[in-house]
Amino acid sequence: MDNLFVYLEIEDGVVAEVSQELLTKGRSLANQLGCKLEAIAAGVNLGKVEEQVFPYGVDVLHIFEDKRLLPYTTLPHTSILVKLFKEEKPQICLLGATIIGRDLGPRVSSSLGSGLTADCTSLEIGSHENKKEGKVYENLLYQIRPAFGGNIVANIVNPDHRPQMATVREGVMKKEIFDPYYKGEAIVHDVNDYVNEEDFIVSIIDRHIEKSKVNIKNSPIIVSGGYGVGSKENFELLYKLADLLGAEVGASRAAVDAGYTEHERQIGQTGVTVRPKVYIACGISGQIQHIAGMQESSIIISINNDPAAPINSIADYVITGEVENVIPKMIKYYKKNTK
Amino acid sequence: MAFNIIVLAKQVPDTRNVGKDAMKADGTVNRAALPAIFNPEDLNALEQALEVKDRFPGSKITILTMGPGRAAEILREGLFRGADDGVLLTDRAFAGADTLATSYALSMAIRKIGEFDFIFSGRQAIDGDTAQVGPQVAEKLGIPQITYAEHIEKIDKNSVRIKRRLDNGVEVVESPLPVLITVNGSARSCRPRNAKLLLKYKHAKTVTERQVENLDYIDIYDSRPFLNLTEWSVADVAADPLLCGLSGSPTKVKKTENVVFQTKESKHISDSDIEIDELMKELIENHTIG
Ligand SMILES: Cc1cc2nc3c(=O)[nH]c(=O)nc-3n(C[C@H](O)[C@H](O)[C@H](O)COP(=O)(O)OP(=O)(O)OC[C@H]3O[C@@H](n4cnc5c(N)ncnc54)[C@H](O)[C@@H]3O)c2cc1C
Ligand SMILES: Nc1ncnc2c1ncn2[C@@H]1O[C@H](COP(=O)(O)O)[C@@H](O)[C@H]1O
Repeated sequence: MDNLFVYLEIEDGVVAEVSQELLTKGRSLANQLGCKLEAIAAGVNLGKVEEQVFPYGVDVLHIFEDKRLLPYTTLPHTSILVKLFKEEKPQICLLGATIIGRDLGPRVSSSLGSGLTADCTSLEIGSHENKKEGKVYENLLYQIRPAFGGNIVANIVNPDHRPQMATVREGVMKKEIFDPYYKGEAIVHDVNDYVNEEDFIVSIIDRHIEKSKVNIKNSPIIVSGGYGVGSKENFELLYKLADLLGAEVGASRAAVDAGYTEHERQIGQTGVTVRPKVYIACGISGQIQHIAGMQESSIIISINNDPAAPINSIADYVITGEVENVIPKMIKYYKKNTK
Repeated sequence: MAFNIIVLAKQVPDTRNVGKDAMKADGTVNRAALPAIFNPEDLNALEQALEVKDRFPGSKITILTMGPGRAAEILREGLFRGADDGVLLTDRAFAGADTLATSYALSMAIRKIGEFDFIFSGRQAIDGDTAQVGPQVAEKLGIPQITYAEHIEKIDKNSVRIKRRLDNGVEVVESPLPVLITVNGSARSCRPRNAKLLLKYKHAKTVTERQVENLDYIDIYDSRPFLNLTEWSVADVAADPLLCGLSGSPTKVKKTENVVFQTKESKHISDSDIEIDELMKELIENHTIG
């Protein structure tokens, strides 16, 4: 009762990064609340999940092993979470803001009538007062995410409904082993108590999974372009510079929406979160949704023709000028003066 | 074979155009300066519906939106592109709805519309990027959902086969009907307006619009019933007011805060050759790059 649950995403028996990050956050929130951290593993080949998650401080691991649960489909995983939550009455449930988490979370929240906040960039515990009704709530989950409208963040709470549900993107929280010798309890459930035949009416005919070729998350240098880059052709300049520097190319949502580059490169609240050594922002204004995904870069270089662009305030180097003018100069100097 | 199809579409502020003039001095978005548009992925959803209709003539597309009176604009936009009917769900009591209260209201309206085989929604709306309303509507109606749909591969009387676009690949799934399908931006873009349909539906209006605009050619609405856009309130769809709008929303915005970034002591550089050369020199020497 009243514990904090994390839904684990598991591929080939390996717990996904985003789930490890959520466990780390979950453990620290559970400590604050004085409750247990519990995790749910549903799929096949779950034998090694225990040893992977206990070091993150998992107190209880719920195991649902059944070959019908992999690959993931919506209905059986929903049934498992809904029934388990009716039995266990968690106060909080965290999911990855992934293809799976964004398919499963809303379905579960709708079934339980509980609120769900997408793409949180920060989670905290705090109190809340409903002045109208004179009610004070202690220990609510603050679900914090950038709000549409300038550089604003909204703090969202679910005072009256449980569990309080939130999704978080990969890379937003940091993962950290809690205690390598931590030992939790594993409970193996009988899947048939949780699902029924009708849950399997959607079938997977074919799957092609290929690892993405873009790997901006782990690149030490990122050359990132925004709407100010102006065209797909100008974006080529960014690729050129990135090639020279051994960097990856990133983008703002406005650049992606304009078709300058592919969606996988989007950095920000609803894209990838990055922490490179160097972030070169070209023609990016610096709205909160973008900054949320790159503010922890060690060195930020901004190239913008507007000296008052918000991103300049967090930049170490501010170059005031046109992207199409500045980047060729950088390329020229670099080519001439290295090796 | 002919199908009943519902398309869920939302009118959203064009967040892709948050230019400098769209911001107010206090750093918040000046919503009034943002054009209101047909949510982009809802157009992809509409196209999927139109393709089903192309393949199965006689199919009927109803486009459903919840929003303020002006959202009737996107119903007309849908009719211009080939939808057969539009329903606007509008009521003060729907205001302030989070995704759960929105999906409840939409599901009640869908029940009132009646039998359906397909519901298409966009993957997500650009004003919140939540991607929750589609799955939640499916749950409320007790039907399966297929998210991230990119292409319909095959339709039978009782089932549909769909290609989904995942982060790292594709998946083909088969579902029985009825089903709710959320359509990805990578799906085919929507066809343009059709000139004939534009002429036909130019004057399609909701009751409220007709009252507000005080249109005097009322009789055309009697002689051409297809110009009447349906408008429903909470009561019309027999929704429980407590489950709608703000009161039906489990999530509450506790507060919003302006973010003040920790400003760094930045070095300012002009775009002159000399200054850029000096900067590059510094960056290479201190091993920032190179
Ligand atoms: C729910 C939601 C989620 C979002 N998620 C994300 C996200 O994950 N990532 C993201 O990036 N955005 C996201 N956004 C969008 C975000 O609010 C901004 O709209 C977006 O980041 C703006 O991109 P931009 O800076 O490239 O474009 P703009 O704001 O248009 O800025 C362009 C900049 O380029 C400069 N410029 C113009 N021409 C030149 C030139 N020739 N040379 C140099 N500079 C030039 C301009 O001065 C300006 O500063 C989200 C929005 C919403 C509502
Ligand atoms: N008010 C609304 N009226 C009609 N459809 C909506 C509404 N809100 C959301 N939708 C549909 O649900 C999808 C996902 O929305 P969201 O959960 O807000 O990202 C949208 O692309 C629409 O198809």
